[in-house]
Amino acid sequence: MNLEGVIAQLAAMLLALVGAPLLVGWVNQCRAWLQNRRAPPLTQPFRLLHKLFWKESVVAHEATAIYRITPYVVFACMLLASMIIPTLSTNLPFAPVADAIALVGIFALARVFISLAAMDIGTAFGSMGARREMLVGFLAEPAFLMVLFTASLISNSTSLVTIVSNIAHRDLAILPSLAFAGVAFTMVSLAENARVPVDNPATHLELTMIHEAMVLEYSGRHLALIEWAAALKLFAYSCAGLALFFPWGVAEANDHVALLWALPALVVKLALGGFLLALVETLLAKMRIFRVPEYLATAFLLGVLALLVHLLLGA
Amino acid sequence: MNPLTTQFVNLFASVLLLLAFAMLAQRRIVALINLFALQGLALAGSTATVAFATGQHHLYYSAAITFALKVVVLPYVLHRLIRQLNVKWDIETLINIPTMMLVGILLVVFSFNLAIPISQFSQSIARGTLGIALACVLMSFLMMITRSKAVPQVIGFLSMENGLFFAATSATYGMPMVVELGIALDVLVGMVILGVFLFQIRERFDSLDIHHLEKLRED
Amino acid sequence: MTLAALDGVLAVVAAWFAIGLAGILALRNFRVVARVLFPLSAALSIALAAVALTALPGAPQTTVLAIGLPDLPFHLRLDALSSFFLVLLGIASAGISIYAGGYFREGEGTAPGTMCLQYHVFLAGMALVLIADDAYAFMVSWEMMALASFFLVTTNHRIPEIQRAGYLYLLIAHIGAIAILLCFGVLQANTGDYTFDNMRAQQLSPFWASCAFLLALFGFGAKAGILPLHIWLPEAHPAAPSPVSALMSGVMLKTAIYGLTRVTFDLLGTPLWWWGVVALGLGLATALFGAIFAAAQVDMKRLLAYSSIENIGLIVIAFGLAIVYTAYQMRSLAALAMTAMLYHCLNHAVFKSLLFLGTGSVLHATRERNLGKLGGLMRFMPWVAWTTLVGVIACAGLPPTNGFASEWLLLQSFLFTGGLPNPYLKMLVPVFAAGVVLVAALGGYVMVKFFGVIFLGRPREERLAEARDAGTLERLGLAWLTSGCVLLGLFPVAVIELIDPIPFALVGRGLAQSGHLGDWLLLAPVSAERASYSPLWVTLATLVIVLFTVILVRRFYHGRVRRAPPWGCGYPVQTARMQDTAEGFGQPIRQIFEPFYRMRRELPSSFDTAPRYRVTVEDPLWGWVYLRIAAAIEAISRFVGLLQRGRIAIYLLYSFITLVTLLFLTQL
Repeated sequence: MNLEGVIAQLAAMLLALVGAPLLVGWVNQCRAWLQNRRAPPLTQPFRLLHKLFWKESVVAHEATAIYRITPYVVFACMLLASMIIPTLSTNLPFAPVADAIALVGIFALARVFISLAAMDIGTAFGSMGARREMLVGFLAEPAFLMVLFTASLISNSTSLVTIVSNIAHRDLAILPSLAFAGVAFTMVSLAENARVPVDNPATHLELTMIHEAMVLEYSGRHLALIEWAAALKLFAYSCAGLALFFPWGVAEANDHVALLWALPALVVKLALGGFLLALVETLLAKMRIFRVPEYLATAFLLGVLALLVHLLLGA
Repeated sequence: MNPLTTQFVNLFASVLLLLAFAMLAQRRIVALINLFALQGLALAGSTATVAFATGQHHLYYSAAITFALKVVVLPYVLHRLIRQLNVKWDIETLINIPTMMLVGILLVVFSFNLAIPISQFSQSIARGTLGIALACVLMSFLMMITRSKAVPQVIGFLSMENGLFFAATSATYGMPMVVELGIALDVLVGMVILGVFLFQIRERFDSLDIHHLEKLRED
Repeated sequence: MTLAALDGVLAVVAAWFAIGLAGILALRNFRVVARVLFPLSAALSIALAAVALTALPGAPQTTVLAIGLPDLPFHLRLDALSSFFLVLLGIASAGISIYAGGYFREGEGTAPGTMCLQYHVFLAGMALVLIADDAYAFMVSWEMMALASFFLVTTNHRIPEIQRAGYLYLLIAHIGAIAILLCFGVLQANTGDYTFDNMRAQQLSPFWASCAFLLALFGFGAKAGILPLHIWLPEAHPAAPSPVSALMSGVMLKTAIYGLTRVTFDLLGTPLWWWGVVALGLGLATALFGAIFAAAQVDMKRLLAYSSIENIGLIVIAFGLAIVYTAYQMRSLAALAMTAMLYHCLNHAVFKSLLFLGTGSVLHATRERNLGKLGGLMRFMPWVAWTTLVGVIACAGLPPTNGFASEWLLLQSFLFTGGLPNPYLKMLVPVFAAGVVLVAALGGYVMVKFFGVIFLGRPREERLAEARDAGTLERLGLAWLTSGCVLLGLFPVAVIELIDPIPFALVGRGLAQSGHLGDWLLLAPVSAERASYSPLWVTLATLVIVLFTVILVRRFYHGRVRRAPPWGCGYPVQTARMQDTAEGFGQPIRQIFEPFYRMRRELPSSFDTAPRYRVTVEDPLWGWVYLRIAAAIEAISRFVGLLQRGRIAIYLLYSFITLVTLLFLTQL
């Protein structure tokens, strides 16, 4: 692990920490424009975080230590995830620590903790949110893993860095299996990030909530950390999607010229992705909760199909 | 034969398969018709690609016919049909959708293995596509089985023909022009007959639910 | 000193028998049994694990003990496979025994001294099964194990349900034992020599080999709980006292896996590929079944029993995969799958024992097994809750615990199967991988339900506030197994290096021998470019980030906290009863997988004065398989009933006719 690697790793981490709230701000802006509303400034999420950090934390009488450590654990998991996923360059000395399967494991750990914290307060809405979150998770996780498996089979590796450099630097090839995987991935990331059509991040009705119902009780710095973690998750999923399906522009290790291009390329790709997300959220309606398993099962089976198509067509 | 066209044919093939799965999972008739139109588009695209790759001009014509018939005419007719019959509502499938997709996956595995020995004789561009074409046919069949309304069944029938047509172009570079024109005409006539038939069913039973036809058995 | 390790194992076994007898002598002296004998037995377990650990990398050791019938001595053998399972037995039983010292109370069911005897005979039986080297010794120890565990299950034998559970267990155990006996009969190939050495030397035809394999799968499957022979598991586990459940689920199920591995890879030689497919299919069905049913349970020990079925399914999947790869000579992958299987056996032994012991403490503190009447115990029983949390994370297969490490290996062995020659198999293997992932994710759902409903939230009954935390001995046992979960998860490379001699001996290649296992920090079974995972780094990074976040937030902002009642969303009345119960939490799964369950619902009508909602979930296989078999047997016995005439002369006539017929047949 040389100095350059350490710097690249820290840069990736900082990029995630700063970029994630900006991405959320951008999606909110786009959605406001599309819905003929006046948009909040791009830095609004930062102001929100700052405000929340200053407020005092109100904790329920019954809450145990699990409730109080969860925001930190979830935040750490998400930050860890964004340290593994290549954003600017594939020079990530920390990446071998966890491969694609471990990445899914880390996301799952965060999910389990936040569900347990939601059950910890002992209100009806908390446990309802936890139950629904686990329902989404138990189908979304396999679907996500199937997408990653397809990419792993294509590049013969489960290490994310190897996958990205393999897909980015091969001869131009059209891979039909990636088309299936791409559809599955889009469906899963909408569900995992609590977006329409599975969940609505802007809802005010407790009975329709999933993610919001779980964090209903959080306030102050705990809520700030959870919000930041949610933004990091969106950022991590977006970057994972870009890295798997549009890896062009990601710099190789020791390629300094490409590094100059990597940041603008990433910003443009994320901006486009964010706009599309806002578009999806504007065009689609939220599903009934019992359509969600069907939606996720479809994503899962598409992922399996992607694997099969890869094995069948060899591409 | 350059590898890029092979990849394009492969891509179109998997888009066809994806659309077949989407049709299997779709509840709404309007969306089903749009998916069918998209399937026609993918089919026309792949036929044109094969035409370009092999330099067979008659395939260009058949691509054009496919486009005209399956992307423009038939979807238009179907849209009109459901407007006139007023059957735009959602349809519940007989078996739940994830189960059906699971069966679909098994069908894919099955048809690929079935196609392996055949495609070894084939000299054509993309060997794997024969399996996909077969899978598309079987899945359209499955769709016809599991829908209880007449219009989706008609769409299933039409998309089955898409699968057959794709098998013909990808595996054997298309049939002679005469045959293709004949099939195109056949589909059109079949469509008209089915349309008339649907109106008849509705007049008779005041519904398009196929369950009513069960009364027609002899006992 | 050539036989040192095997002698050590035998010494431990003998000492266990001695402790059991001492228990009989101290029949009424509860304090001696609980505070002296059980801790002593735990120390012996640790000694057993240590001895077996030294024997793992060494050459096989054999000895002949002249016990039993004349001219039919016990052949014993200690090789890598036996040693590994002895280590598993030692590690798990050490924690369970010390916990048992604090667990058993006076005046509950069987007298403590008798219980002590049964418990130690059970332990000794399992150890002997693992080192037996002929069919005779194996069957004797196997039956010893089965009978001892039967008596342990029926400790509270006055309760009719427990009698029934024990009977069912005994019945299925014996049907399984018959199949195993027949399997050995096939394996010795008419030589009349029942030593395992002879069986290894025999070359069976594919037909007879397949017969032997299927018999073994049936026989050991009955013990392991493979579908459809799982039926006794969810009955026996809740009936038994918690340390016994832990021992049965954690260790005894693994002896069945041991037997299966021993017969398939050692005694039978090269397996056929379709055996692997059978095992894969059965394993996936078992795993899915276990996971789906665990999600619907309301009794905490039944839930864990179904979760054990799920894990056995995963182990059998890895076993099937190892067979497929071995049959096609893909030795590195076979080694990977076998390592994943053994690793998961060890992990499951540790975390499932931990969870069962945790439920034992909850049961003692609250006298309640029904999840719907628990809740909020974390504040009253912090020690049990936190150790159980580690077990729950491990059982859910989450990093950085041991459960994740073995599931990671299993998934790795599913990838990169492009070299399989059979096209159907090539395509079905990824589908199986998808099934495994689904099962693992469902396992997470079940574990959140388990932990959340018992320990989190507000207590659903008022008396729960009087629950007391576990005593010292119980805490020691829980802590031992918890540290097992953590350490086995943090140092996977060390564990795999220990396991390595086994795949090397059985499939001809190990992971470490091929030279790229990675250093001790980074697990990379194939190569670092292909796949790598370092639990230690993941843990360290998480801890560092948490620490930095806490410090930075306090440095730049503040650390103030105010306690307040929870926010009720404006609803005026919110009681603890309105939290999700176990039924509520499992409801989405019940809805999705409705066709798999046999459900009975009692819904209140609008006019009920005392409305009541109840849903019971039953095993459909009970009706589909067992009741039909029972009906068939009844029908046959009614026919046989026609033979009964009640006169001695007629019975003698039957015997006479049989004798004459047989004599006639010998003439042919």
